[in-house]
Parts: sequence; C-alpha cells; structure tokens
Amino acid sequence: MGALQLSQWQFGITTVYHFFFVPLTLGTVWLVAGFQTAYFRTGKVKYLQLTKFFGKLFLINFAMGVVTGIVQEFQFGMNWSDYSRFVGDVFGAPLAMEGLLAFFLESTFLGLWIFGWDRLPKGLHLATIWLAAAGTAFSAYFILAANAFMQHPVGFEIDPVTQRAVLNDIFAVLFQNTAVIAFFHTLAASFLVSGAGVAAVSAWMIMKNRQVDVFRPAAKLGAWVILISAVLVSVSGDMDMKIMVDQQPMKVAAAEALYTTQENAPFSILSVGDLSGDTATTIIEIPGLLSYLATGTFNGPESTVQGINDLQAQYLAEFPQYGPEMNFVPYVPVTYWGFRLMIGLGMLAALYALFVLFLFRGGRTPKSRLFAVFNGVIVLFPLFGISAGWIFTEMGRQPWIVFGQQIVADGVSPLLTPLEVWISMIGFTLLYGVLAVIEIGLLLKYIKAGAPEAPVEDPFAEAQKDDDKQLYFAY
Amino acid sequence: MELTTVWFALIAVLWIGYFILDGFDLGVGMLLPVIGTDDLRRRVMINSIATVWDGNEVWLLVAGGATFAAFPLWYATMFSGMYLALFLVLVGLILRGVAFEYRGKRDSAVWRARWDWAIVVGSALPALLFGVAFGNIVSGMAIEPLAGTPATTDFAIDAGALNYSGNLFGLLNPFSLLLGVMTLTIFMAHGAIYLALKTSGEIHEAAKKVALKIGLVAAVAAVAALLWAQAFSGRVAFTLPLVLLAAVAWLAALFMTMKGRDGWAFILSSGTILLAVTALFVGLFPNVMPSNIDDAYNLTVTNSSSQEYTLTVMTIVAVVMTPIVLIYQGWTFWVFRKRISTSMIPPQPVSGRSDDRFANSNG
Ligand code: HDD
Ligand code: HEM
Ligand code: HEM
Repeated sequence: MGALQLSQWQFGITTVYHFFFVPLTLGTVWLVAGFQTAYFRTGKVKYLQLTKFFGKLFLINFAMGVVTGIVQEFQFGMNWSDYSRFVGDVFGAPLAMEGLLAFFLESTFLGLWIFGWDRLPKGLHLATIWLAAAGTAFSAYFILAANAFMQHPVGFEIDPVTQRAVLNDIFAVLFQNTAVIAFFHTLAASFLVSGAGVAAVSAWMIMKNRQVDVFRPAAKLGAWVILISAVLVSVSGDMDMKIMVDQQPMKVAAAEALYTTQENAPFSILSVGDLSGDTATTIIEIPGLLSYLATGTFNGPESTVQGINDLQAQYLAEFPQYGPEMNFVPYVPVTYWGFRLMIGLGMLAALYALFVLFLFRGGRTPKSRLFAVFNGVIVLFPLFGISAGWIFTEMGRQPWIVFGQQIVADGVSPLLTPLEVWISMIGFTLLYGVLAVIEIGLLLKYIKAGAPEAPVEDPFAEAQKDDDKQLYFAY
Repeated sequence: MELTTVWFALIAVLWIGYFILDGFDLGVGMLLPVIGTDDLRRRVMINSIATVWDGNEVWLLVAGGATFAAFPLWYATMFSGMYLALFLVLVGLILRGVAFEYRGKRDSAVWRARWDWAIVVGSALPALLFGVAFGNIVSGMAIEPLAGTPATTDFAIDAGALNYSGNLFGLLNPFSLLLGVMTLTIFMAHGAIYLALKTSGEIHEAAKKVALKIGLVAAVAAVAALLWAQAFSGRVAFTLPLVLLAAVAWLAALFMTMKGRDGWAFILSSGTILLAVTALFVGLFPNVMPSNIDDAYNLTVTNSSSQEYTLTVMTIVAVVMTPIVLIYQGWTFWVFRKRISTSMIPPQPVSGRSDDRFANSNG
C-alpha cells in the first residue's frame, strides 16, 4: 500500500475510534447536568447519587475523547497537507473557532466541575456542568460545519492564480443546511447512544436488585431519551436524505446499490450477492421507498432517483481533468451496509426502549433472562449504528475529499513515505487497542461498584475556609 | 499593520501562552519521580495541575487551529514535514492525558506505577520535541518545491508546492537538539517553581531545591541555545536584548525561589518564557519557515497566509473570544488558588464507591 491508502486507513481508524467516545460524551453530559439540576431543585439524594455515578462514567469516557481528538486536529496537516493547502483558507476557520469557542469552555468548566464541589457555591457549581455541556455541543457544531464543507462546499471561490479555495462567505460555511441538519442528526443520534447507555446500565442494576430506588428513574429516563431521539433522528435523517439527493446523488445511489436510474425506486432491506452490478439478489424489498426517502414521492417522474452508471458517465463528462479511467463510484458494499446498519441498529434501540418501559411499568422488575442478555448488548447497537452512519457518509463521499473540488488522491501529503505512515498507524492502533481494553475494564468496574451509598454527605456542606482541611475530591 | 503581521503576532502569543501554561504542567509531570518519592507526594503533584492541565493544552490546539486558518501553507508544510516527531508528541499527549484520569482508578501499586511512567514519558516527549521543532523552524529546514513543479511562476515560487524534503533525522541537528534540551530543562524548572507556589510542607521544600538545581542547568542550556539562535535571527538588534532580558528574568526567578517569594518566582519564570519565545518569533519574522536550501523557497507571512477575508473574520473572533477565555481561565486559577499538601489529600480512591469519600464503608 502507498502512503495514500495507508493514510486513508489511519484516518479512518483514528476518526472512527474518536467517534466511539464522542457521541457518549455529547449526550451523557446533558443527562448528568440534568441529574444534578434535579438534585439542586429537589434536594433528593438519589439524584446526587446518579450525578456522581454517571458523572464518573462520563469522565472515564471523556478522557478518551480528548486524547483521541488531539490526533484528529494534527492529522490534517500531517497526512493531508495538500488538502490543507487547498482548503485551509476556508476549513481552518471553523477548526480554529472550535478551539476558541468550544474546547476552552469545555475543558475549563469541566475542570471546575470535577474539583469544584467544595469550592463553589451550589448554583455556580451546577452552572459549570451546563457550560461544559454547551462546550461539547459547540465543538460538535464547528467540526460538523467543517465536515459539511467537505460534503457540500459553499461560501468560497477558487483563486485563479493559486488554484486554491478562498473563503468569501463565512456564514454560508457555518450555517448551510448541510451543516445544520448534520448537527441535529448527529446530536439526536448521540442522545440515542447515551440514552441507551443510561437505560441499559440502570436496568442492569435494577435486575441485580441493587440500589433499585436510585436507578429506576434513570432507567425510565434513559428509555424516554431513546424514544424521543429516535423520532428526532428519523426526522432529521429524512431531511438529510432529501438534501443529499441534490448535493451528492452518487451517495444516494450507492446507499441502495442502485445502478440504473429509476422512477419508483425500491429500498431493499436485505440482499445477497456482491452488489457490484445488477447481480445482487434482493430478498426483501419495499417498492418505491427509496424514491420516497430521496424525493418525497413514490411514483411518477418526480420520484426519479439517478443510478450509479448514469452518474458515473455524467461525472466523466463534467470532470475531464481526471481522465477517462476515473472511477467516481464509492465502494458500494460499505455504503449499502453502512446505511442499513445505521438505521437498523438505531431503530432496534427504540424497540428496546419500549421494552424497558413495558417491563418496568408500575414498579415491576423484569426477571427474563432473555431481557438480561438483550440489555447487555443493547448499549453497543446505537453506538455501532452511529459509527456506521459516519462511515457511510465519509465513504460515500469517495473519491472526493472535497466534493466536486478535490479528490482524495490529490489531498495526501506529497512527500509522505509509506514507512512513516506504517509507523504512525501501527503505533496509534496498538495504543488505541490497549487503551480500549483499559477503558472498558474501568467502565465495567465502576458500573459494578454502583452509585455511592446513601446517606451521602452534601458536598456543598463541605465548603471550607480552613486551609488545611482535606480536599473533597482529588485524583 | 498588515493583518498577516497581526496573525503572526497572535500565533506567537498562542505559543507563548502554551509554553507558559502547559510548560509548568509538563514540568510537574517530568518531575514526578524526582520530587514524588512516595505515592502521597505524587498525588499532591498530580493534583496541583489536575484542575488546569486540559485547559492549558487547549492553547496548543488553538495555536494549531489558528495556524491552519491564518497560514494554511505553514501549517501544511510544518505538520507534514515533522511527521514522525509530531507522531511522538501525540503519543506523549495521549499517554499523559488518560494517565491523569485513570491513575487513581484502581487500587494497585503496579497500575499506578505504570501510569506514573506514562505521565513522565508523556510529558518529556512534548517538552523536548517542541524545542527541537522550534529549533528547526528558526534555523531553517530543507524546504524546496516538489520535483517537477516549475521553479518560478510569473509572480513567484508557488508556495503551495513547498515541502520539507528531509526526514526525521534531518530534524535532529545540534542546534535544534540544544533548543530541545533548553525547553526540557526550562519546563522542568518552571514546573518546580509552580509546584513550590502551589504546595506547602515537604513538597514545597523539595520543589524549591529542585527548581534551583535544574534552573541552573536550564540557564546554561538556554543561554547557549538562545545566543546560538542569534546566528539565524533576522534582527539581532531587537532579539539580543530580549535574550539578555530573558536571562536576567531567569536569574531573578531563581533568586526569588531562594528567597521564598514563590509568586514572584513564578511570574519571573513565566516572563522568561515570554521573552525567549518572543525573541525567537521576532528573529523569524517575516519568515515562518525559512528554507536552508534557497531563500527563494522561504515560507513567509505573505506567501503562506490565508486571504484578507479569512483573516478579518478570524481577527474578529479572536478579539472577541480571547479576553473572555483569559477571564474564565484566570478565574479557575483563582478558584483553585489554595496551596495543597500531603495532609490534604483524601485517602486513595479504592473502588468506585469510596472514590468520592462519601461512602460509609471502605468497600
Ligand atoms: C444511531 C444513529 C443513527 C440513526 C438511528 C440514524 N442515523 Fe443517519 N446518520 C447518523 C446516525 C444515525 C450519523 C452517524 O450521525 C450521521 C453521519 C453524518 C451525520 O451527519 O450523521 C448520519 C448520516 C446520515 C445521512 C448522510 C448525510 C450525508 O452524507 O450527507 C443520511 C441520509 C441519514 N443519516 C439518514 C438517516 C435516516 C433516513 C435515518 C432513519 C430513519 C437515520 N439516518 C437514522
Ligand atoms: C466522527 C465521525 C467520522 C467518522 C467515523 C469518519 C470516518 C472516516 C473514514 C472511515 C474515512 C476514511 C475513508 C477512506 O478510506 O478514504 C474518513 C476520511 C476522512 N474524513 Fe472522516 N469521519 C468522521 C468525521 C469527519 C469529520 C468531522 C471530518 C472533518 C472535519 C472528517 C474528515 C475526513 C478526512 C479529511 C478524511 C481523509 C480523506 C478521505 O479519505 O476521504 N471526517 N473519515
Ligand atoms: C476529524 C475531525 C475531528 C477533529 C479534528 C476533532 C478534534 C477534537 C479535539 C482536538 C478534541 C479534544 C479537545 C480537548 O482537548 O478538550 C476533541 C474532542 C471532542 N470532539 Fe472531536 N474532532 C473531530 C471529530 C469530531 C466529531 C465528528 C464530533 C461530533 C460530532 C466531535 C466532537 C467532539 C467532542 C464533543 C469532544 C469533546 C468531548 C470528548 O472529548 O469526548 N469531534 N475533538
């Protein structure tokens, strides 16, 4: 493999890995803030217990999100320097804003939240977690706006002399529909992931008959969060699909492995075969659904969805500079299955949420072994779903790195050697692998330990002037 | 003033902020085995920086992001040219970042000892390599246009084709290594000075001793490196006085440490870093990455920058946001201003439950 393919692998591995922690952070921080607010308003100890318990899990996860994020920030320059040269004028702005508006907010106020229990008045301490939560959402917004530029470049022109992109409308970049919808969709999906985490962990504690009174409200909350986010994810996903038809029709076609342009295009739930032509055998198919998802109509000329072959021909004519051999088709099996896994795994979580609400109704505790097993794996469903969604989005953009403007092969650092990328890729992968094992071990350990037992000292009663008193919390 | 000059200055400010702030927590991390002779002491050290290290590190991220936005060609050439060095920096930052959070999460001496090493190595690698990187930037690197691109276009060399054509070993030249030793030792001493300011009791005493010892070594390394750097400086008349001032500030910092004026010592050692880094940036201007092959291949503030519009947008964002960030970061330091000592560290977290000290059992 050359430096290009290796860099693609490395970028894929490190981004997907970063994005295992990010959705959990994005959703959980708001839920923890919610628990703490409930404690603040009601003074009920169980909410403090939940704040502490999920707060701890959140921090274990957050640490990984931070350290893997730093790698992301550097990689654009390290592996994709020609890409950075080409778009830096545009793409660098949201990235720098993310640092100034989001990362500072998030890291500073989280530090205050972790160590500030006995240093800050109750209300101010509560405010720190809300500010940190706002920071995580800002962070997601800016990076998604940057990514939206790669999916659908706007607000720029190409400098006729240098042939590089030049920003001419920052508001277009920050607020184009692709960015706004991606933000809502990703945030909703992140809540889905976090809701599933909270629900599954709480249900597990209840089934083990531990701290039932504490975890029962959390299980229900988790389930409701899943259900509400599932609706929001579907609504925003549908909007996403409709703009994608205009902006990246090839991705729509690749999502369904639709080779020929069609009215009333079907959506296949399951198919076998190699997807690389018309040979795939569809097993279950819903007529017209793809047309509906993409265009809002089932039938008639309005419902036409362009096929891969036509688009390929069209792009060849539109972009002659890449030569007659250029392949504008993404790797279809990944887009096809990525799209299905995204929707399917996410919707399974919604089913689970209904189960939870049903099984736990009116103070009941389920005893079913089947539920116990389901409960154990459910956390992973939306998590894999959300990364499948991103893998679909990014792989569906191939071969472009900036759609219609630059192909991936032109973005790689020109003098990078395969050896260098091998070293970094193996290094990151090993390090990430070891850290994953450690993090999962810690999460399990702290889940098993349960919430702190009541009666819990009110941390704020500890507020102290005395210089030599023990700290309330320390590493 | 040209916007490109403003942004050059702003990026210098971000690096200065990073070196002053993360400088001390990298230093404390490196000193873990030196001052932290037992677990309780190590915990005091870690807790002295635990509240702020992440916020400090964001200065680096913003310096990187701002370079990307304001000088994309500088960002691209620098980050791809220093590929393996930056990989090592990243490994270091990853290790120490998780180590702070995870170290106390299991009750095992082996577990803690491993994370201690992660902190030491993870702090030393960036401390050394950032110096080496700056050494290379200041003294010039093997930067040239890609083979096959025309040497000149009608307006100038196309800066977009300029790349570092050497490898990792090309970065390890004597001057840059010396500058690396300088940042390593300065950060260590700066960290010890910070620790003296933030702690009381035995650690406070130990930190003062270490600050003086390492401070002298750092003084030698720094004077040698910074005087040597004058050979590459574009305006010695400005940079030499800055260097001399830095040296004076450093000696004064050590003197204040001896006198037990910890606050002054910290201000002065921060001032030293400010002066030294300013000298390097002033000497560099208007280049951002000079080529040691041909001056025509220098990356400069003008040929590597973004266009007017981007710079204007970013200036507005920076002017609005930077004071706000400074206020709330400063406030954090104020909230956690209390000195800590071994007697104030709560019992070692053992399991999830006793972790927060509000358990009624030890289990
Ligand atoms: C578990 C999470 C999850 C769930 C249940 C869904 N999605 Fe999704 N989807 C994501 C998680 C996600 C994501 C990972 O968050 C993506 C990647 C990029 C983005 O903005 O969101 C995404 C992207 C994404 C895109 C690509 C946008 C682009 O490339 O321009 C489309 C068209 C949809 N989604 C559509 C849907 C539809 C119609 C859904 C169900 C009814 C759906 N998604 C459920
Ligand atoms: C967090 C969710 C994301 C995931 C899971 C993800 C996944 C991937 C994957 C799998 C690739 C490799 C594709 C290939 O083989 O070429 C890739 C490439 C890339 N992605 Fe993403 N990505 C994510 C978000 C982003 C964002 C937010 C950005 C930009 C801000 C981005 C920028 C890039 C770049 C620059 C490449 C390399 C060029 C390429 O191969 O297309 N990604 N990403
Ligand atoms: C490839 C593009 C990406 C880059 C360059 C990037 C960069 C970073 C960096 C540098 C950090 C560490 C911040 C700190 O030190 O506090 C971070 C954390 C974070 N990132 Fe990313 N990121 C990328 C993808 C994403 C995506 C797609 C999202 C969300 C949709 C996201 C959301 C977050 C959040 C919420 C955090 C803070 C919480 C946590 O650390 O888990 N990032 N990212």
